[in-house]
Amino acid sequence: MQTWLPAEFMQTSEGKAADAILRSCVHCGFCNAACPTYTLLGNELDGPRGRIYQIKGLLEGSPVTAQTQSHLDRCLTCRACETACPSGVQYAKLLDIGRAEIAKRVPRSVPQRLLRRALRWIIPSTRRFGLMLMLARALRPLLPSAVQRYIPLAKPSGVWPQVRHSRRMLILAGCVQPVLEPGIDSSLARLLDRHGISAVPVYAGCCGAVSHHLTAAEQTHAHIKTTIDALWPSIESGIEAIITTAGGCGAMLRDYRHILREDAEYSAKAARVTELCRDPVQIIEALPIDAAAKGRRVAFQAPCSLVNALKLEGRVEAVLQRVGFDVLPVQESALCCGSAGTYSILQAGLANELRERKLKNLYLAEPEIIATANIGCLTHLNAASQIPVAHWLSLLEMD
Amino acid sequence: MSLSKTTCAALMTRLGKVLSKHALLHDEEALRPYECDGLSAYRQLPAVVCLPETVEQVQAVLRICDELQVPVVPRGAGTGLSGGALPDHAGVLLVLTKLNRILEIDAPNFCARVEPGVRNLALSEATRPLGLYYAPDPSSQIACSIGGNVAENSGGVHCLKYGLTVHNVLGLKMLTIEGELLDIGGKTLDAPGYDVLALLCGSEGLLGVIVEITVRLLPCPECAQVMVAAFDDVAKAGAAVGNVIAAGIIPAGLEMMDKLAIRAAEDFVHVGYPKHAAAILLCEVDGARVEVPEELQRVRQIMLESGAFEVRIATDEAERALFWKSRKATFPAVGRLSPDYYCMDGTIPRHRLAEVLTRIEALSEQFGLPVANVFHAGDGNLHPLILYDANREGDLTKAEALGACILRLCVAVGGTITGEHGVGIEKLDGMCMQFKSSELSQFLRVKAAFDPQGLLNPGKAVPTLHRCAELGAMHVHRGQVPFPELERF
Repeated sequence: MQTWLPAEFMQTSEGKAADAILRSCVHCGFCNAACPTYTLLGNELDGPRGRIYQIKGLLEGSPVTAQTQSHLDRCLTCRACETACPSGVQYAKLLDIGRAEIAKRVPRSVPQRLLRRALRWIIPSTRRFGLMLMLARALRPLLPSAVQRYIPLAKPSGVWPQVRHSRRMLILAGCVQPVLEPGIDSSLARLLDRHGISAVPVYAGCCGAVSHHLTAAEQTHAHIKTTIDALWPSIESGIEAIITTAGGCGAMLRDYRHILREDAEYSAKAARVTELCRDPVQIIEALPIDAAAKGRRVAFQAPCSLVNALKLEGRVEAVLQRVGFDVLPVQESALCCGSAGTYSILQAGLANELRERKLKNLYLAEPEIIATANIGCLTHLNAASQIPVAHWLSLLEMD
Repeated sequence: MSLSKTTCAALMTRLGKVLSKHALLHDEEALRPYECDGLSAYRQLPAVVCLPETVEQVQAVLRICDELQVPVVPRGAGTGLSGGALPDHAGVLLVLTKLNRILEIDAPNFCARVEPGVRNLALSEATRPLGLYYAPDPSSQIACSIGGNVAENSGGVHCLKYGLTVHNVLGLKMLTIEGELLDIGGKTLDAPGYDVLALLCGSEGLLGVIVEITVRLLPCPECAQVMVAAFDDVAKAGAAVGNVIAAGIIPAGLEMMDKLAIRAAEDFVHVGYPKHAAAILLCEVDGARVEVPEELQRVRQIMLESGAFEVRIATDEAERALFWKSRKATFPAVGRLSPDYYCMDGTIPRHRLAEVLTRIEALSEQFGLPVANVFHAGDGNLHPLILYDANREGDLTKAEALGACILRLCVAVGGTITGEHGVGIEKLDGMCMQFKSSELSQFLRVKAAFDPQGLLNPGKAVPTLHRCAELGAMHVHRGQVPFPELERF
C-alpha cells in the first residue's frame, strides 16, 4: 500500500518499522473475516484493515480525535488477523506504534486515565491484586449474585515437589495466576517431576503484558527487566527452558527480544529469554504420558495467544486426545473469547458479547468440561459458563 | 460536483432520523478507511457512509437519496478488485455488511435465503453439517459477501464445473432507487417472464440494491481429490489444460500458478510445491467414490503425457484443504514479493493459453514490471498480477498501461476484458475496446430503465460514449496502439 510518512518519522526505527508493515498490506480484507470486533460490528473502522488505514492516516499526520482512538481501543490484540493474513502484515507491532502515537496526540478523559492507572497499579502486583481479591472474597456474601460470579473462590495451591532431578526448568508464576489459580503451576510441576524434570518456580510479578496492552512503555520495560533479573541466575546456571502456563505471558516472553531490541544493557538477555521460553505443551507432547482420561468429553478453547502469537494451533488438543479425552469440535474456534487482558474490564460490552458467543459454540457438542490454556480466558469464561472451565494441565491430573 | 451545503444538511438530518449515530459516518477521520475497496490504487472519499442494519433502513436511505438526488454506491465487504465500490465524493456509500444473517436454510429444497452481507464461506460452513454447500468460491471467499458476489457475478476456482454466481442464484429481493422492493425469481430453477435475475447478476450496483438472495445449495460431493502437476515450461502446462478438457473431463477446478505465484504462496502456506517448476496445475476431481480415483488416474496420465515432470496427489483431506488454501491466498500473498500489485481479469479461449502467456511475458519485460500468473486455467480466465511499487513515481501509470495492453491482447485473441471481477471503475476503457458504441448505448438504456436519474453507482461498469470517443482519439494521438489489427470505434 502506498505510504506518505513524514521524512522525520521515517528516520526513526518506529517509522521504518511502520512503513515496512504498512507497505506489506495489500488491502485484501481477508483479515476482517477473522476479526472478532468486525464480526460483531460490521464496520470497516472496527476491523484490522480499517485500523491499519486509521494508523496510516495517524502516522501520516492526518488530524485525529478520540474517535480513532476508540476504534484502536476496541482491538483485542488477539492477532487472529495475523494468522489470516496472506501477505504477512505484522499487525500487532503496527498497532503498538499507532496506540503509542495516538496516546501522545489525544489525551484521555480523567476517569479513563485513573481507571487505566489503577489497573496498571493493581493487576501487575501479586500482592496488591491478592489483597483486593481477599477483600472482595470477604465481602462476597453481601454482594448480589450477579457480582458474586466475578469473584472466584480461593483454590488449593497443591504440593510442589522437591527439586531432585538434574533436568531443570523454570516456571514463571506471573502476576494474577498465583492468587486466582495457584494449582495450575504445581500440577505442571508434579507432572514434570514424574517424568524426570524438576520445575523451579519464579515469582517476579507481571511479565509486562498488562502495561504493554495499556500502552505504558516505561512500566512495560521495567516489568520486563525485573522479570529478566529474576530469571537470569537460573538461566546462567543452565536451565533447559522457561515455561509459563498462561498463554498470554508466553506470547509476551516471545516478544521480549523485539521490545528490548534497542536496550544496550538488556537486549542480549531479552533475546535469551525469548529463545528459552516454552509453552507447557511443547514440553509435554514429548513426554510418554499414560492414557487415563477414559473418553471424557472436553471442549478446548484455544487461547488466541497460543494460536496466533505462539503458533501452536492444535497441539494441546492432540495431547488431550492422546491421553484419552474425547476432544470435541468447536465452531468458530478462532474467534476470541473476549478476555484479552484488561479488555474484559475496559470494553466490557464487547467482551461479554464475545464470551456469550464463545460459550454457545463451546456448549454445542455437549462437553463435560471446557479446557483452556490461559488464566485470562479461564477466569473470564468461568464467570459466565454453565459448564466448569479448567486449565488443561489440571485435567491431566484428574482421575 | 460536490454536495451543496443545503443538500448535505438536509441529507444528514433525514438520515439521522433513520440511522443511529454509529451507523452514520460523516467526518473525514471516519470516512477515510472507506475511500477504497480491494483496489486501493483508486481512492475517493464519500460524502457520507451509512451502515444500515435492516432492509427497512436501506429502503429509507434510498428514498431519501432519490428525493434529494444524491448518488448511492452500494458496498459489501469491500474486497472487490475492480473498484466497483469506489465511493462517489458527492454521494452516500451504502455499506451492507451489517445485514449478515442467514435467514433460512431449506435443506430439502437445496437452497438458502441470506442477507447480502453474509460471507461466502460462512454460508458453506453453516450448511456443511447438513451435507450441503454453496459452490461458487472466489479466492476471497473467506471475506467477500454474497451480495457483492451477485453484484460482480463472481466466479471462483470451482466455477469450471459448477458455474458462476448467476448459475447458483435462484432469487433476489432488490430495492430500486425509489425504494420499491422487487421480488425476483424464487426457490425454483426458472421463473415466468423475462429472466431479469440474470440481468441483475453482475449489474455492479447500477440497477438496484440487493437486500436478500436465495442461493442454490449443492450436496457436498462424496469424494474430492486434488493433484498438483509440475511443469518446467509454462507452454507445456498451458497445453496440458487443453488436453485434459479435450479428453472429455470436466474437473471441479483446474488452476495454474507460475513461478512467481508459487513463490508467494509457498511463503504463506508451506505446501512444498516442486521448487524448479515453471508452472504448476492444480486439478481437482470430485464425484462418487467409485469414479473419482479412476478419473484422477486419467488426468494424471494426461498430465504426464503433456510433459509434467512431477504429479502429486493430496494424501488426505487436510492436505487437499492446504492446496486450496495456498491457491486462494496467492493474490494477497504476492504482497510478500512486492508492496503493490495490480490484478487483471481477462479471459481467453483455452487453446490460446500458451501463446498469450508468452506474449504477457514479453510485455512484462517491455514495461520492466514483473507479472505473476495465477488463474482459472480451465475456463481460460487469466489473472496476471502486475507487481509494482506505489511509492515509486510513475509505477502505477506504467502498471495501468501494461494492464491495458494485456486486456487488449485478451480481446485480440477472441477473449474478454473481465471474467469475474467486474468492470467497476477500473476497466471502463476496456469496455470501449470490447463493445461497439451501439452496444454500449443499449447498456445505457437498460440502466436508465431502472435508474432514470442515474443515481446508483454512477460512473461505473458502462462507459459513456463520450469517454470511449476520447479514448480512441487519445490512443491515436500518442501512437500507443500495440495491436493495430483491432477494430477501433
